[in-house]
Amino acid sequence: MSNLKLPIYFDYSATTPVDERVAEAMIKCMTFDGNFGNPASRSHAFGWNSEEAVEEARGHVAALINADPREIVWTSGATESNNLAIKGVAHFYKKNGKHIITSKTEHKAVLDTCRQLEREGYDVTYLDPEPNGLIDLKKLADAMRDDTILVSIMHVNNEIGVIQDIAAIGEMCRERKIIFHVDAAQSAGKVDIDLEKMKVDLMSFSAHKIYGPKGIGALYVRRKPRIRLEAQMHGGGHERGMRSGTLATHQIVGMGEAFRIAKQEMHAENDRIMKLRNRLWNGFKDMEEVYLNGDFEHRVAGNLNVSFNFVEGESLIMALKDIAVSSGSACTSSSLEPSYVLRALGRSDELAHSSLRFTIGRYTKEEEIDYTINLVKQAVSKLRDLSPLWDMFKEGVDLNSVEWAAH
Amino acid sequence: MSVYLDNNSTTALDPQVLDAMLPYFKDIHGNPSSVHRYGRLTRNALEQARDQVARLAGARNEQVIFTSGGTEANNLAILGALSHKAPAHLAVSSIEHASIIEPAKSLFKKGWKLDLVNVDSGCYILADNLKSVISEDTRLVSVMMANNETGVVQDIQSLKQGIQSDQILFHSDASQVAGKLPLNFNEINIDMMTLSSHKIYGPQGAGALIANRSIELEPVLYGGGQERGIRNGTENIAAIVGFGAAAELAIKQLEETQKHLRSLRDQLERELAAMQNITLFAAESDRLPNTLQFAVNDFDGEALLMLLDKKGIAVSSGSACQSSAGAPSHVLLAMGVKPELAKHAIRVSFGRNNIAKDVQILIEALKDITLIQHKSMCVG
Repeated sequence: MSNLKLPIYFDYSATTPVDERVAEAMIKCMTFDGNFGNPASRSHAFGWNSEEAVEEARGHVAALINADPREIVWTSGATESNNLAIKGVAHFYKKNGKHIITSKTEHKAVLDTCRQLEREGYDVTYLDPEPNGLIDLKKLADAMRDDTILVSIMHVNNEIGVIQDIAAIGEMCRERKIIFHVDAAQSAGKVDIDLEKMKVDLMSFSAHKIYGPKGIGALYVRRKPRIRLEAQMHGGGHERGMRSGTLATHQIVGMGEAFRIAKQEMHAENDRIMKLRNRLWNGFKDMEEVYLNGDFEHRVAGNLNVSFNFVEGESLIMALKDIAVSSGSACTSSSLEPSYVLRALGRSDELAHSSLRFTIGRYTKEEEIDYTINLVKQAVSKLRDLSPLWDMFKEGVDLNSVEWAAH
Repeated sequence: MSVYLDNNSTTALDPQVLDAMLPYFKDIHGNPSSVHRYGRLTRNALEQARDQVARLAGARNEQVIFTSGGTEANNLAILGALSHKAPAHLAVSSIEHASIIEPAKSLFKKGWKLDLVNVDSGCYILADNLKSVISEDTRLVSVMMANNETGVVQDIQSLKQGIQSDQILFHSDASQVAGKLPLNFNEINIDMMTLSSHKIYGPQGAGALIANRSIELEPVLYGGGQERGIRNGTENIAAIVGFGAAAELAIKQLEETQKHLRSLRDQLERELAAMQNITLFAAESDRLPNTLQFAVNDFDGEALLMLLDKKGIAVSSGSACQSSAGAPSHVLLAMGVKPELAKHAIRVSFGRNNIAKDVQILIEALKDITLIQHKSMCVG
């Protein structure tokens, strides 16, 4: 085990390292001997060369999702893409209605944006997912109204990795002329996306979840039927006025390269990652009081979210210093609240608190999985040994029937 | 051979900055919001960069809010400070970058009163002009510290003092000033200031709004609660680290850089002054040490830019963001320059990488091109 680099990284859904090939492409667009120009400069070759690099990258992003490059708008990341899509549509189409449908398990960038729109007078329905994390399409249909202008449902959940049936939801929205936005930050490069076939109108992407750099993302904006947006960032009129601000050439080139690699390698990579993920789950699943969070079948290859009952998640993370995992989304991990995603699935506070998210990626090795299985097993059994609740459970006490004294 | 004289548009990354950034692509790749070791390492890097940028700004680290660049910082200053308030009045100078003018116009569409304060022929905002539009209704004033086209530096401290109201937020876009002149946010006593990384040999994709903590800023982007909830979205660590390293270098090299830039600019100015048919813009004004805007009279600016590019010389007519619009510079028009002449404007902006020989190459090229052109024009 001595050749393992510790801590082992199991947090690929929070962020990924930049692929070497991506870093190389980026470095070529930064210093004086490279393509450092401002792509908006129209008066010299430095600007034109950068613009060319930006457009090539746009082509790579479009190719992965089978879209037209003209449908890709660069942003500073998926958070901005989600903000632009949701606020941009809500503001532009407010005359058609002020009702928006989303789900309780969306990323904060979607939920907080929707809450802001509520403050502005919009009406938002937050759908409860089923216990397996998936949206019941009938409940979605029931929530749709004449004044519904937008449905925003994520493709793959960042915490539990479940894959929603985007194609079916797209059909439902198109039938009713409702605009459909999908946060695909966690699915691009992991799940097939074909926007010629899928009736998605807006789709958010991030580079740093698929081995590209942080600080760059994209929003797909459908041209046919045409979707209009009110800009959220105003200025020099870049990106056809939808998103102003100097285009960061090296970051865009990095995102393009990451998407190019993903298109070439994702199927083989998924097979490999799925094997590792299943190996990890097989190592845990026979332990006592272990629960898988989220549907196993409709799930992205690299995600395993497990609750170890009678163990407190934060203590478990502290006991697992040799591995880098999270107990939820990175964006909310600094708070000690239990995951709102797991709570939305109907998990008890206790189970939500005892969850760990393992996300596996391009550089995960089999020996790291095996090492981790042992480590987790040991830590869980040690923590349970210290837990009075575990003792009571082992003695057959029904903990739900215990009346706890108030202090 | 190529000569890059468009450093106000963007600068090439300093190799030392690249070295500082590289570990954050590969080895230290965490998300600063993660509690594990990888997350902590990036969080530490984020805070170190915050210190570095604060020092460049003459501010405290808790006053630094990282953004995706100058445009976002300007949007945050205008929309973040005002969009949650009842419509009232704001005043911005007429020579601002589009990333100030456009958000101001978007507020105008939502019922705000907007004054675009004009400049005199030297590109200065006059304190009296500014005062004359201020009323009890005024919530915010934004005047850029130095103009990106003419390079003219405003006396922000006097303008701020002239307003004499603590109720009015004062913002200044200092994107072009950083690294060229000293900055002292807390001393000039303004409320908000914008900085951009890629104008100081740092990477594109990072910027900052320096803001007093007492200002209530509504986010432009909602989400995961980063930057105290004011600027949400996973921090662009590598770029922010690069911004920090660039800020550090800018502080260290300020005196030397200033001297170097000024000597190149003055050399060019002397050469141009000795030529015929040249108009220098705002040459009597206090300007950034690296910037010079001029026109070759009667010589189409667009054509000149293209002919210079063919000779490997990169200059621009003004702001890169508007260089596709083809319209004469709004800054020169505001100074009272005639549209026909404004259309011929050429902006030269020197950078650390330029050398004295670059000035000679430009002068030779100008002489070469304009001579030939003048001859052929005589025939027509």
